[in-house]
Amino acid sequence: MATFFGEVVVAPSRAGLDEEEEAREETPEDREIRREIEKKRYRQRGEIREREIQVLWSCAEESLVCSRFIVAIGRNAAAFLSSFILDSVCWEVIGVVKLWNEWCRTSSSTNVLPTDSFCLFYRLISDPTVLLCQCSCYVAEDQQFQWLEKVFGSMQKKGLQVTILSTCPVADYKTQESTLTLVSPFLKALKTKEFQEQVCCPLLEQPNIVRDLPAA
Amino acid sequence: MFIPCDRGGCSAAPDFKGFTLLMPAVSVGNVGQLAIDLVISTLGMTKVGYFYTDCLVPMVGNNPYATAEENSVELSINAEVYSLPSKKLVVLQIRSPFIKNKYRPFCETLLSWVKSSKCARVVLLSSSHAYQRDDEQLLGTPLRYLLTPDLEKAVGARVKELNWKEMEKVAAYPGINDTDKVLHIPGGGITKLLFTESCSEGIQMAVLLKFCSEGDNIPDAFVLVNYLNEWLQLIKSEVSTSNNSTDPSSQWKIPSSWRLLFGNGLPPALF
Repeated sequence: MATFFGEVVVAPSRAGLDEEEEAREETPEDREIRREIEKKRYRQRGEIREREIQVLWSCAEESLVCSRFIVAIGRNAAAFLSSFILDSVCWEVIGVVKLWNEWCRTSSSTNVLPTDSFCLFYRLISDPTVLLCQCSCYVAEDQQFQWLEKVFGSMQKKGLQVTILSTCPVADYKTQESTLTLVSPFLKALKTKEFQEQVCCPLLEQPNIVRDLPAA
Repeated sequence: MFIPCDRGGCSAAPDFKGFTLLMPAVSVGNVGQLAIDLVISTLGMTKVGYFYTDCLVPMVGNNPYATAEENSVELSINAEVYSLPSKKLVVLQIRSPFIKNKYRPFCETLLSWVKSSKCARVVLLSSSHAYQRDDEQLLGTPLRYLLTPDLEKAVGARVKELNWKEMEKVAAYPGINDTDKVLHIPGGGITKLLFTESCSEGIQMAVLLKFCSEGDNIPDAFVLVNYLNEWLQLIKSEVSTSNNSTDPSSQWKIPSSWRLLFGNGLPPALF
């Protein structure tokens, strides 16, 4: 991407695209320097090591029984849930994800503003096996797998059905016609073959794909 | 790492003993991956499983090899395994880049899976930056091969018959000392690591690569897959009666997912 002054700045990415950097062999001195830097970062941050994420549950049970899990990823999807689904009468906050990456940092606070970066878990009071997650923060590529393992690892799955809500820019949609003439917003879906129910919208056509945490 | 697909209720792991594993390196122009797409699409290979790994950037979409409405709804992810038992061929397709610092663990896990599934040999399709060629490499064929010592014994003669060119080594300290030569595959992704590890672990591996640049790499993919076909004979190259030459390019089937590689249609208002 170009900055104001025209120089090209490589956008931070955790994808290993630069093989030269990776191919460089580490000398013992390099290893020592890297270890010291990591130790310093750990001390500065205090709570968590830089790339690790923490899932904190407020309920006492060791593992949550879950039959329905709705995950809203990104600000738009999170805002949709806040506007149409969530309220303090029917839903209670039961967990939070604490993480840090180059794009955002979340805290363990559950009292958040819509403009904050956060990742919260809610439970339906009338049916505690229904869980909901609002994830408005960006989970980096090397944290996505961790997020999955830690969140799903805390659940006892009982005929679990997972619904993932997310948004993508229309400009990224690949289609024969121009996206300028496309009526937007529009819905598309992907489903596993185990999902037997009716899907409320057309399926995502090739060559379109889904990336990041929704894909993970 | 390898999770077999549940097909028709039978979830036993498929047997790859004695099979040839064909796989791409995520490299310049994605030529290896495009070539693998052509192989899977043309041979109508069946998906038999996938790799559950945290080493690759996640992605998901619908079936990239769909030919009709009915078979277009199967989900597809970043590392999937296809097989064709009649040709003793198992193919791994990788669809996304490696996560930083994760390419080494992936290579280790992959090679240990190759050993545990008792594949006879591995063929790696790759590419290298065309701009890094020296004066001699600029002339002649842009295709190169490499064989591990164990595979050299088995197929070295066949490769000589085909008149293939081995990938040249370069000076470790150019300009200073020309005697120490090392293997250098710029833009080749995990190619060099996989090859050197296979040499030291006694795995039979062949690397087939093409010098190319980023751009429209579809022609490069065709060239590479025809190169592979000279050796493995995956499809029959029919002699064209009009000009009496063998041109198997038209016999490779382009998958439906190659549509719109260079963007959407143009808005009519532009004109």
